[in-house]
Amino acid sequence: MAALEEEFTLSTGVLSAGPEGFLGVEQSDKADQFLVTDSGRTVVLYKVSDQKPLGSWSVKQGQTITCPAVCNFQTGEYIVVHDQKVLRIWNNEDVNLDKVFKATLSAEVHRIHSVQKTEPLVLFQRGAVRGLEALLAEPQQNIEAVIPDEEVIKWSEFFMVFKQPVLIFITEKHGNYFAYVQLCKSHSLSKYTLLLGKEEKSVKPNFTARVDGKFISLVSLSSDGCIYETLIPIYSSDTEKNHRLIRALMLKAVVSGAARNGTALTILDQDHVAVLGPPLPASKECLSIWNVKFQTLQTSKELPQGTSGQLWYHGEILFMLHGKCLTVIPYKCEVSSLAGALGKLKHTQESDPHSMPHFVDWETCSGYDLGSYSADQSRTLRRKKIETNLQPEVPGSKQLLSIIKNDSEKHIEVELRKFLAKSTPDFHTKIGDVVAGLLGRCKAEPSFYPRNCLMQLIQTRVLSYSLCPGLMEIALEHTDVQMLQLCLQQFPDIPESTTCACLKLFLSDTIQDEKKEMKEQTEIVQNGFSPEDNSCSKDDQQLNKKPGDAAKETTSFPVTSCPVTPKRAALINAVLHSAYSEAFLLPHLKDIPAKHITLFLQYLYFLYLKCSGNATMTLPGISPPTLSQIMDWICLLLDANFTVVLMIPDAKRLLLNLYKFVKSQISVYSELNKIEVSFRELQKLNQDKSNRGLYSIEVLELF
Amino acid sequence: MPIFNLSSFSKRLKDKEWGIRCVAYNNQSNRLAVSRTDGTVEIYNLSANYFQEKFFPGHESRATEALCWAEGQRLFSAGLNGEILEYDLQALNIKYALDAFGGPIWSMAASPSGSQLVVGCEDGSVKLFEVTPEKIQFARNFDRQKSRILSLSWHPAGTHIAAGSIDYISVFDVKSGSIIRKMVLDRQHLGVTKSRCIVWGVAFLSDGTVISVDSVGKVQLWDSATGTLVKSHLIANADVQSIAVADQEDSFVVGTAEGTVFHFQLVSVTSSSSEKQWVRTKPFQHHTHDVRTVAHSPTALISGGTDTHLVIRPLMEKVEVKNYDAALRKITFPHRRLISCSKRRQLLLFQFAHHLELWRLGSTLATGKNGDTLPLSKNADHLLHLKTKGPENIICSCVSQCGSWIAYSTASRFFLYRLKYEHDNISLQRVSKMPAFLQSAVHILFSEDSRKLFVASNQGSLHILHLLEGSFKHLHTFQPQSGTVEAMCLLAVSPDGNWLAASGTSAGVHVYDLNHLKLHCTVPAYNFPVTALAIAPNTNNLVIAHSDQQVFEFSIPDKQYTDWSRAVQKQGFHQLWLQRDTPITHISFHPKRPMHILLHDAYMFCIIDKALPLPNDKTVLYNPLPPKNESDVFLRRTAHAFKISKIYKPLLFMDLLDERTLVAVERPLDDIIAQLPPPIKKKKFGT
Repeated sequence: MAALEEEFTLSTGVLSAGPEGFLGVEQSDKADQFLVTDSGRTVVLYKVSDQKPLGSWSVKQGQTITCPAVCNFQTGEYIVVHDQKVLRIWNNEDVNLDKVFKATLSAEVHRIHSVQKTEPLVLFQRGAVRGLEALLAEPQQNIEAVIPDEEVIKWSEFFMVFKQPVLIFITEKHGNYFAYVQLCKSHSLSKYTLLLGKEEKSVKPNFTARVDGKFISLVSLSSDGCIYETLIPIYSSDTEKNHRLIRALMLKAVVSGAARNGTALTILDQDHVAVLGPPLPASKECLSIWNVKFQTLQTSKELPQGTSGQLWYHGEILFMLHGKCLTVIPYKCEVSSLAGALGKLKHTQESDPHSMPHFVDWETCSGYDLGSYSADQSRTLRRKKIETNLQPEVPGSKQLLSIIKNDSEKHIEVELRKFLAKSTPDFHTKIGDVVAGLLGRCKAEPSFYPRNCLMQLIQTRVLSYSLCPGLMEIALEHTDVQMLQLCLQQFPDIPESTTCACLKLFLSDTIQDEKKEMKEQTEIVQNGFSPEDNSCSKDDQQLNKKPGDAAKETTSFPVTSCPVTPKRAALINAVLHSAYSEAFLLPHLKDIPAKHITLFLQYLYFLYLKCSGNATMTLPGISPPTLSQIMDWICLLLDANFTVVLMIPDAKRLLLNLYKFVKSQISVYSELNKIEVSFRELQKLNQDKSNRGLYSIEVLELF
Repeated sequence: MPIFNLSSFSKRLKDKEWGIRCVAYNNQSNRLAVSRTDGTVEIYNLSANYFQEKFFPGHESRATEALCWAEGQRLFSAGLNGEILEYDLQALNIKYALDAFGGPIWSMAASPSGSQLVVGCEDGSVKLFEVTPEKIQFARNFDRQKSRILSLSWHPAGTHIAAGSIDYISVFDVKSGSIIRKMVLDRQHLGVTKSRCIVWGVAFLSDGTVISVDSVGKVQLWDSATGTLVKSHLIANADVQSIAVADQEDSFVVGTAEGTVFHFQLVSVTSSSSEKQWVRTKPFQHHTHDVRTVAHSPTALISGGTDTHLVIRPLMEKVEVKNYDAALRKITFPHRRLISCSKRRQLLLFQFAHHLELWRLGSTLATGKNGDTLPLSKNADHLLHLKTKGPENIICSCVSQCGSWIAYSTASRFFLYRLKYEHDNISLQRVSKMPAFLQSAVHILFSEDSRKLFVASNQGSLHILHLLEGSFKHLHTFQPQSGTVEAMCLLAVSPDGNWLAASGTSAGVHVYDLNHLKLHCTVPAYNFPVTALAIAPNTNNLVIAHSDQQVFEFSIPDKQYTDWSRAVQKQGFHQLWLQRDTPITHISFHPKRPMHILLHDAYMFCIIDKALPLPNDKTVLYNPLPPKNESDVFLRRTAHAFKISKIYKPLLFMDLLDERTLVAVERPLDDIIAQLPPPIKKKKFGT
């Protein structure tokens, strides 16, 4: 468990803490000794366990230290920069900083970074990086500008990754943030644009970073009080400039969103971060340790006298300026396991996830509570996100919506394909928004009908009628039977009135007229499009195949000829498959003209005959209507239009046939009911055989 | 390879009495109280692998109609005899019964703070009681209604109460006790007007919505401020009998007489709007008969009904770790032993709610090979049918090893009988003059030589009686540890008569030295309750099974866990062993094979051979009889310590009678179903 130990303060008599706090706290080459640089002229070396300063050095009056002093771990010397260009190097024995080694550089230094086992690196304000040795060999060498003019370095950090020094720094320009990753050995520099929330522009976010495999995990505390994580690849694969990076939420609302300054954070280890800031708008500032993995607050400490909003972490010790004092809080994180915490040995091994039934999670499906994603899920998502987000210019749903409002059909299609290529957690809701946007424009502009886009969206299988109520109406207006067929197959919740409207359209003659036209159109879809269009055209082929199958059915069964064309049969089959409630469907069925009713009845009767033509009572084909569906529709149709059908001379024969059929059905069922009793008796007899009875003696060989 | 003659018995219970009437979930302790039609109340600990850790015996005149938790963890019930009862969860008895004077009580609800109880009576009165630390006290009557109050629900703020009656719902103001709103229900059901519409359940939400379920098959949402119907869901052709709402008020569950349980959730209408709507999301059909009661824990839907099953259906989206705890649980059989056997005389004693049956096992002269059913030379005899006196259910019973003593106990009386066998005749003689301290026992046990009787009373003390011919002598009483009154639920005595082990519901296992009559040691505490205890002959190793399926072996003479037990704990049990969902209810030993432990739960029995290596998660746990033709090497490689057989299930009892005979008592589910009243008939064919 992570814990904060008893705090203690270091006397800061010689240090002058400005309103901005200190410049920095850095580790020295001896454990337990730290260099503290104030914002004025002084550097103090503290021995923390003794709580006392070991040495103190000041620059002359009129000079100001501009970069925190660091220790060169290879030589044990200390380095500081004053007045931005003057480098001073000294060691413990030196007393006066004026008399120590001095080098004046040709450009302004932003910071010097030093870690164990490597030479210190000097980062210049214009983004150039030099090793200390190389710089000292020729102090007046020309320093190039790496970053554009208006960008200002806000934060930087230095890591050793597989013995390779890596420097990351973040710059700001007009409220936009950019991250640079500099591999010092290979001199390669990659630039990334950090996409922050809108609200971040006004306030400076806090950054901290950690190396996580091949990524630098950049953690930022934003002004809404949440902690976000951005994964930056250390070795960028392609040379393309200006990648965009999207951040992922790591912890929610750890500090009050209202806290403008006085907040800071630092990564402690893989799972813990320390956050400085007020947890509630009105409360005092707090130092809190959060476990990122379990999203829990581990411990926190109130700091009533206020802080400078700075936090340093070196060698298991946290430093901060509390009131006027430099406060030191040792931090410990002992290895603990959940089993140890819970005190049981129960789960020796996680059960395999395959045994779990798949379950629809309503809350995430409907986008009802997206915030409650578990840490693990979001972690994997985060990884996914970075992979996809490295591809340039993937439109967000908002951008897509604006494109939908204004751009051409073609452009929308291209953007939509890009959008569909990635899957986000709230995919459902976003798709819904996109469809709503498309339909809105359809209604406003009668000429606008993005057929391909809509087809693609329907085929994502996440749409339902209630999510896009206007879609089928528009398809009906355009008599787009193929889309209607797709909708009927995919949507689980089509209202009966719409189903019936589709049926009417399918039975009407207009479709017959349009048949030729449709054929041409689909041919274009099949042949004329680029391979990009693959998914769409493949499905189209499938759609076209189905009527073909139906055609085959007709030839293989010479019982009677099919009263409708294969194409129409496929469409009607889609209607037969759709869900309905009798009470709601009946009134709509009454509106169908008599001619179409006879046709439909003929077709249903034809299906029935074919069904009963084989032993399994099923129809061939990909998804044929079942016998009960056929029967239900016949009943419904007759119920709704019985008087009408009676009057039509064409239907007389059909009715007679149906009557015969019903009669035979009734006799079959009554026979079945009669046998049911006998069957039950048989079953009982069968059970008795296996039953051991009330008492029995058996021989059982055990192992 | 021992070959056992196995006598198997199918036992019949009166199942109509065993249906579940109500359940009440306690969030604080994660416990579930379940009441049966015969008045039995059971407490399940959902944290301890759904173990039934306590039970209160039923009573003929006490039909429980309502059950609720108040003041944290105090349990109350009310029933058709017009009384409100409080249960003592420590001593396992009824603390007091209080007549509400309103005729039969149909419903009861505790206020959100837990400090008040309200009951709905046959005469249409709604009565408010204050819960005091020791008792409950009548406070006030609300406005009297025309007909019986079948359901009650408090507003989460505690200011209003909704009461479901026949044909209407009334809303009371708690302060004034007056009715402020009356909502009349529609009796129409699919165009047919029923004679009346019974409001089986109501739930009051904090936004003022009242949800009602009724006999017409509807779930309706009402606005209590205006008294108007907001929304109506027709979900069944039969009665909707129960409703329970989650604490967050984002989901609720209803149960119907068709055996279906429906889950409703508050879901946003569209992605952008904050407007939310109650949507019927998931139907579950785990019951064949009426779902009389439902409960909604933070992570699961709980339902129970006439078909005697208690079903716990976890909500996948609420379960964080997808392990075996997230699986559906169906609890059908009691988690305690109702059968005892006399090995020497080959007798079985069956314990029913109101009588005991003593059977003598049959015998055969034939032999056969594995799987044969042998012809009986003598069938099993029903020797004795012993009816209890009075309306109380039997708590526990025991027959001695020699078969000449039978003891049983009800909630207020203890009975001891002496049996004499003369050829085929049995004479029964009751031992009179039971001492005053022997009023009620939680567990009874005879020693192996039948000379001592151990009685665990519900006050936490253990009595030892010396049995003489036709009489007895009180030897000693082990008083409970100072400060505890927790009843001891399980006892085990060593075959040599030197040691007695006793375990309570939570206090751990104590071992007493019977020669010196003192506490010998206490087994290190474990988080999960004990489900079965036994002491092995010769070695005096105490074998303890816990509800999380762990089995420990503790050496009593050495006062420490045995090496084998340590080895098992070090390696851990097989995954599938830990995933079994019924507890081990009985442990026994083979007299000639000290390395064997025989134990069983409801769906399997297992012989643990301590000499063989333990299975790890990669080995197959259930390997029935390996084929004969396999080589020895293969056998040796696949053989492991757990020999499991699932031939007999559901298994109520299994024990070794002698070296070559096992007795098993089976309870086929079909028999239970057959005894139940028929469910609502659904047509099979189209006519």
